[in-house]
Amino acid sequence: MSRFQKTLIRILFGGVVFAIALLAPLTKNWELAVFLIAYLVIGGDVLIGAIRNIVRGQIFDENFLMSIATIGAFAVGEYPEGVAVMLFYQIGEAFQNYAVNRSRKSIATLMDIRPDYANVKRAGELIKVDPEEVEIGEVIVIKPGERIPLDGIVIEGNSSIDTSALTGESVPREAFVDSDVLSGCININGVLTVRTTKEFGESTVAKILDLVENASSKKAKAENFITKFAKYYTPVVVITAALLAVIPPLVIKDAIFSDWGYRALIFLVISCPCALVISIPLGFFGGIGGASKNGILIKGSNYLEALASTEIVVFDKTGTLTKGTFRVTKVEAMGLSNESLIEIAAFAENYSNHPISLSLKQAYNKEIDSERIGEVDEIPGFGVKTIVDGKIVYAGNTKLMDKIGVNYSKDEISGTVVHVAIDDEYMGYIVISDEIKEDSIEAIKRLKAGNISKTVMLTGDNKAVGEKVAKQLGIDEVYTELLPNDKVDKIEELLLRKSPKGQLVFVGDGINDAPVLTRADIGIAMGGLGSDAAIEAADIVIMNDEPSKIATAINISKKTQKIVKQNIVFALGVKAIVLLLGAIGIANMWAAVFADVGVSVIAILNSMRALRTKGL
Amino acid sequence: MKKTYKLVDLDCANCAAKMEKAINDIEGVKAANISFMAQKLTIDAVDELFEDILKQAAKVCKKIEPDCKIKI
Repeated sequence: MSRFQKTLIRILFGGVVFAIALLAPLTKNWELAVFLIAYLVIGGDVLIGAIRNIVRGQIFDENFLMSIATIGAFAVGEYPEGVAVMLFYQIGEAFQNYAVNRSRKSIATLMDIRPDYANVKRAGELIKVDPEEVEIGEVIVIKPGERIPLDGIVIEGNSSIDTSALTGESVPREAFVDSDVLSGCININGVLTVRTTKEFGESTVAKILDLVENASSKKAKAENFITKFAKYYTPVVVITAALLAVIPPLVIKDAIFSDWGYRALIFLVISCPCALVISIPLGFFGGIGGASKNGILIKGSNYLEALASTEIVVFDKTGTLTKGTFRVTKVEAMGLSNESLIEIAAFAENYSNHPISLSLKQAYNKEIDSERIGEVDEIPGFGVKTIVDGKIVYAGNTKLMDKIGVNYSKDEISGTVVHVAIDDEYMGYIVISDEIKEDSIEAIKRLKAGNISKTVMLTGDNKAVGEKVAKQLGIDEVYTELLPNDKVDKIEELLLRKSPKGQLVFVGDGINDAPVLTRADIGIAMGGLGSDAAIEAADIVIMNDEPSKIATAINISKKTQKIVKQNIVFALGVKAIVLLLGAIGIANMWAAVFADVGVSVIAILNSMRALRTKGL
Repeated sequence: MKKTYKLVDLDCANCAAKMEKAINDIEGVKAANISFMAQKLTIDAVDELFEDILKQAAKVCKKIEPDCKIKI
């Protein structure tokens, strides 16, 4: 039997005794006796707790205040009220604990990605061990349906992997020999043999769990406000109660002490700030939990809170809004086939490791016979001059064509252009560009719908490319040809242009933009799955590479913020009204109990809504 | 040294806040944090005094909420 059930049974029993006291025709003394029995059955533990805490020097504790209030009710002759207040207080407390525990559990299951064991191969045998005992370089086997316990590289087998626990993405990823697999994901169908590359403590799953569990240590402003408020609230209410009991009977003529004493007791019942102390952190915790279910890791309640007032969103281009992989997007050959042009260019650029050369080779997609390549002459800032099949091939930018005196196509082209000439004769050009992510347009649209006042894009690319991408996506401002340092300067400049309360969010891929991520009010890193650098540098990490998750994160933040505000206004409002009505003698102790535990339970239930993030 | 402990039967959020404050006031503690939601206590303190600090922290918890224990 759980503690909750035990408490309920005890309260129920006390309730029955209470009913007898109320209904049975008893003499005055017997009535008092039965009420006292009911009171002790129901609230005995509260009294004991109160006495224990006074001995230990803890005053203003909930038990103590409740005891004073109910004993006071007995003292002024309100026996039924004394018992009833204790009864409802206990029921409220029990439900409050129950609600908190349930919320805690549902958040915990959300983050239940910790692997329980690893099947490690040792001395030719497969043994089950704690993931923490597996060392780097050991071989582990993951069967279908099992959770991957440690990060590693597949050395045998292939399978589909469910990454939804980390990314919120439902489409499985494929894993085969040489692919990296991350701990926390679930192996769906094939058997995988993996060589570990990290210890458990350093693995993705451990890092994520650590991050989410510690998120509550970075407190939001609302939480700090409540902590401060709670510190003063109880003493102030208790002192007011004392004054209320003593002063009016002395000052006002005809005032009866027991009447004012009763009003003071009402104050004591409402003097615990519990509703707020529990529900506010719970709301933030729920929001962080809900976000992590969507593959958005938020490192602290403060960031979740700040995100709601986002004003400017600044994006890095490559790898964030675009895929960051260069691809041949257009071939314009003159006097030969497109395939031949790519072949020649690929041969000419064979020895370079530049992303452009790689994309040419990828487009050619055949073995390159190095026998056919003669002398290679790289001309930095221009291109290459390579002997292919005995002919001189020039491949490079317009400056290279000017240099060798070849007339080239003057088409308006955006993207990186490789012009090709053979033996001083122009052969055409190849356009290589980065692809925009399918999700990017949607991302910007959703941000604008969410009242973000400005979207900005920063890029090291040239003006034509940058402006074209910005236009396609509908981004308001774009700054091109920036060096990494320039990006920090631009952020500084933009920070000056926002309103004091608005937040500037920078979104990057976390690889080269650590300084920018730190400088912005909130730094968001994209594609954090498996990238330690991103997880380190950013305040918020989006585990997959969908920029539209930024809008989701902002919406979760706004919803959480709304819930927190509702709770503050509701809890303080109800307490203030009951205090006021109590002071002028209208509210009774029943209302006070509601203002205490009833409000707590309602606020907790409201906070739980933060966990639900569907459709955000 | 920074260590995390599980708190058993921590039922009251206000008490958690009080404990956090009290543990932070123990000599040698650099930072202490109680997550009521995760039911976890994190203590960052100087190595030499750690054992002693942990004992005092357990005492503090017992004083504020008698049912609550630090699981070591």
